[in-house]
Amino acid sequence: MPFITPDQISQRYDVIVVGSGAAGGQSAYTLSMEGAKVLMLEAGRKYDPQTETPMFQTPDQAPLAGASTADKNFGFYDATIDGGWRVPGEPYVQITDDPAGRFDWWRPRMLGGRTNHWGRIALRNGPYDFKGNSRDGLGFDWPLSYADAAPYYDKVELLVGIYGNNDGLENTPDSGPGCLLPPPKPIVCDLLIAQRARRIGVPVIAGHRAVLTRQLDFKNSPARLHPGNPRAQKIIAEDMRQRAACFWATSCGRGCAIRANYQSTTVHLPPALATGNLDIITDAMVHEVTLGKDGLADGVNFIDRKSGKQRRASARVIVLAASSCETVRILLNSKSASSGRGLANSSGKVGRYLMDTVGASLGGQIPLLESLPPLNEDGASESHVYTPWWLYQEQLAGKLGFARGYHIEYADGRRMPGLSTFASLEWLTGGSYGKKFKQDARRFYGSFVGFDGRGEMIPNEKSYCEIDPKVKDKWGIPVLRFHWGWSEHETRQAAHMQQTFKNIIEAMGGRVNGAPQSDGAKAIQTGGSLIHEVGGTIMGADPRNSVTNQWGQAWDVKNLFVTDGAVFPSNADKNPTLTIMALAWRASDHILDLMRRREL
Amino acid sequence: MDRRTTIKWMLAASASMPLISQRVPAEVVTSKVLVLKGYGTDPVLTRAYRRGELWPLEMTDAQRRTAAALCDVILPADDLSPSASSVGVVDFLAEWISAPYEQQKYDRRLILDGLAWIDAESKRRFGKLFDALQVTEQHALCDDICSEKQAKPRFAKAANFFARYRDLTAGGYYTTPAGRKDVQYIGNVPLKSFEGPPTSLLQKLGLANVAMQTPRQGKLT
Repeated sequence: MPFITPDQISQRYDVIVVGSGAAGGQSAYTLSMEGAKVLMLEAGRKYDPQTETPMFQTPDQAPLAGASTADKNFGFYDATIDGGWRVPGEPYVQITDDPAGRFDWWRPRMLGGRTNHWGRIALRNGPYDFKGNSRDGLGFDWPLSYADAAPYYDKVELLVGIYGNNDGLENTPDSGPGCLLPPPKPIVCDLLIAQRARRIGVPVIAGHRAVLTRQLDFKNSPARLHPGNPRAQKIIAEDMRQRAACFWATSCGRGCAIRANYQSTTVHLPPALATGNLDIITDAMVHEVTLGKDGLADGVNFIDRKSGKQRRASARVIVLAASSCETVRILLNSKSASSGRGLANSSGKVGRYLMDTVGASLGGQIPLLESLPPLNEDGASESHVYTPWWLYQEQLAGKLGFARGYHIEYADGRRMPGLSTFASLEWLTGGSYGKKFKQDARRFYGSFVGFDGRGEMIPNEKSYCEIDPKVKDKWGIPVLRFHWGWSEHETRQAAHMQQTFKNIIEAMGGRVNGAPQSDGAKAIQTGGSLIHEVGGTIMGADPRNSVTNQWGQAWDVKNLFVTDGAVFPSNADKNPTLTIMALAWRASDHILDLMRRREL
Repeated sequence: MDRRTTIKWMLAASASMPLISQRVPAEVVTSKVLVLKGYGTDPVLTRAYRRGELWPLEMTDAQRRTAAALCDVILPADDLSPSASSVGVVDFLAEWISAPYEQQKYDRRLILDGLAWIDAESKRRFGKLFDALQVTEQHALCDDICSEKQAKPRFAKAANFFARYRDLTAGGYYTTPAGRKDVQYIGNVPLKSFEGPPTSLLQKLGLANVAMQTPRQGKLT
């Protein structure tokens, strides 16, 4: 009976996992595969990608040709349910409406959370990324090194399926033997980018994304994932056989009914449920961790969103994986024995050092790509190639004026025409209409390329969240209030992105759409808009200035763990999801170890 | 393209008009419970929707006639593909301007005012409504407003309307099967393998020798 209702809770669990996304999914997977009895609580509704995903639907079948609206912020077919930049009845507060000081918070309310729609870009943090402070004196070091994380990156890659190459580049780690799937072949524009960017010293290599370019290795990987655990090996081998390889159509952002990409609901939860060790309650909005008389966490209080009633569950260990900010909110809304400022917060750091990714974009049009013959360039739906950060040495020598790097993602190809594919062409057509417009559309289709810089933000004192003193959501739970500010390390980096994009477009013989923004403060996208929220309960080596240790274990409450992005003490340019999963696996192994030793 | 990019480009695509942010300023978030009348935050994604089934199409017959005529001036039939009005673009536009969302409400005013202006200008110049004009007369009028950059100041507002109308007409048209066929989009079909572009094309473009795997020693060039 894996999906249960609050009335069906009949036991004290080994572990309660709050949240079902990358962190919650990985935590529940590792714990249940190794025999722990786990209860997962998810605030959103139950969701079945195999029946609910719009796989081949076209925009003409959608309202407004699939346009983004207040109901579906990323367009009609985006997988996100009951959320986006706002969740009805569950507000949050921004301290200012000024884009420079604002943090926008993306929340779905569905099983699997943001993993259902994410971009699937899966990059490892490198050795420098774990020890940034030691390298340049800024931000914080992690209390673990790349070598500590590497075996878990290997495991996650083997389990979920990541395509890419091992290129041996600086701070861009190779994977273990056999961990990566072959990358998809580059499309025409990818090759032109690679050829021309390399001429000006910018590397272009195969992308790394969580898409099965062939079936997973169900014969050899299970033993590497679960050594000494034949039952777990059998379950995951069977599950791997049921995941199809990509058939090179329909956008990953819709989710994937054939389970060819990673989302928690198609990769982590099915085998975890097959163990019989995992129960899941959806529509369960956890708002508080409670403590027993011994000072240890003994359970959580949650609202059953269907009935609006207060409910409760108990366990030996509590794992928070609710998304960085929601995890912070739960801790700050919980009471500790000693202080009035939330749970696990003797350092005063809960909510501090909130980070997002630095984003800036520019587009261009490339005459060499005009009027190509018809080609099916759907591929794996994005990022067959990308550019990892390449100026580590120049940066360390202080030549750039900003301290951390960025990578570049490219949007190109003859994609399925959407609402805006042929909009705003006057800069190219001079305002054509009629038969001339149709000729122009045929000529320019597929000749556009978009550049998205994704850069590291250094944690700062201005960017944090706290409980708003007045506002509550419709359940009566106090809500978060966000504060935000960039430093020049980020704004200068955004300006550098713009110049790089212009240089690449021109090296491709192309035309820049508009002008590159030389003022980084104008180029940089609003905080939170990249949806890479991390920090808020950072891990560290010292209880005085961090919230958890290297296993996400709260310094103040030894049976309380955080396995989501909240524990990140830095936010490398590498998209956080792969690292969240690797650290969640590592933390879960540690929990299992402590439980076996009766220390929890 | 990721979804952030899609939405950003979608908004950027309407650069000819003031952007209406989908995001909510802080004050609104804290003080109001939003009442939505659209399709809601959890619509069924796997079925096809008919224009008009979610909200009524609010466009008069007269407006439809002008809208259809203008659509077809922008995207007429030619040897390769049909006209805009013949593949349902007027219904798409009617759905768009009738939708209960902010962007669409803004566009409703812009478009209905613009269609009224087109008819008034047609009458003033030629004594007839736009849909009754000769093609040469329609073009004479549209030539004055088809470029925001080059339009005379007295046509600035009409040019702004025309730019938005052309964007939406193209959006409605190229998202139909006929529009996809026109630009020779051949994807959205399952494939056994993804082979990448043919070598002959890459040779023609000078891209046949671009390697993707970094050698153990040295750099990719």
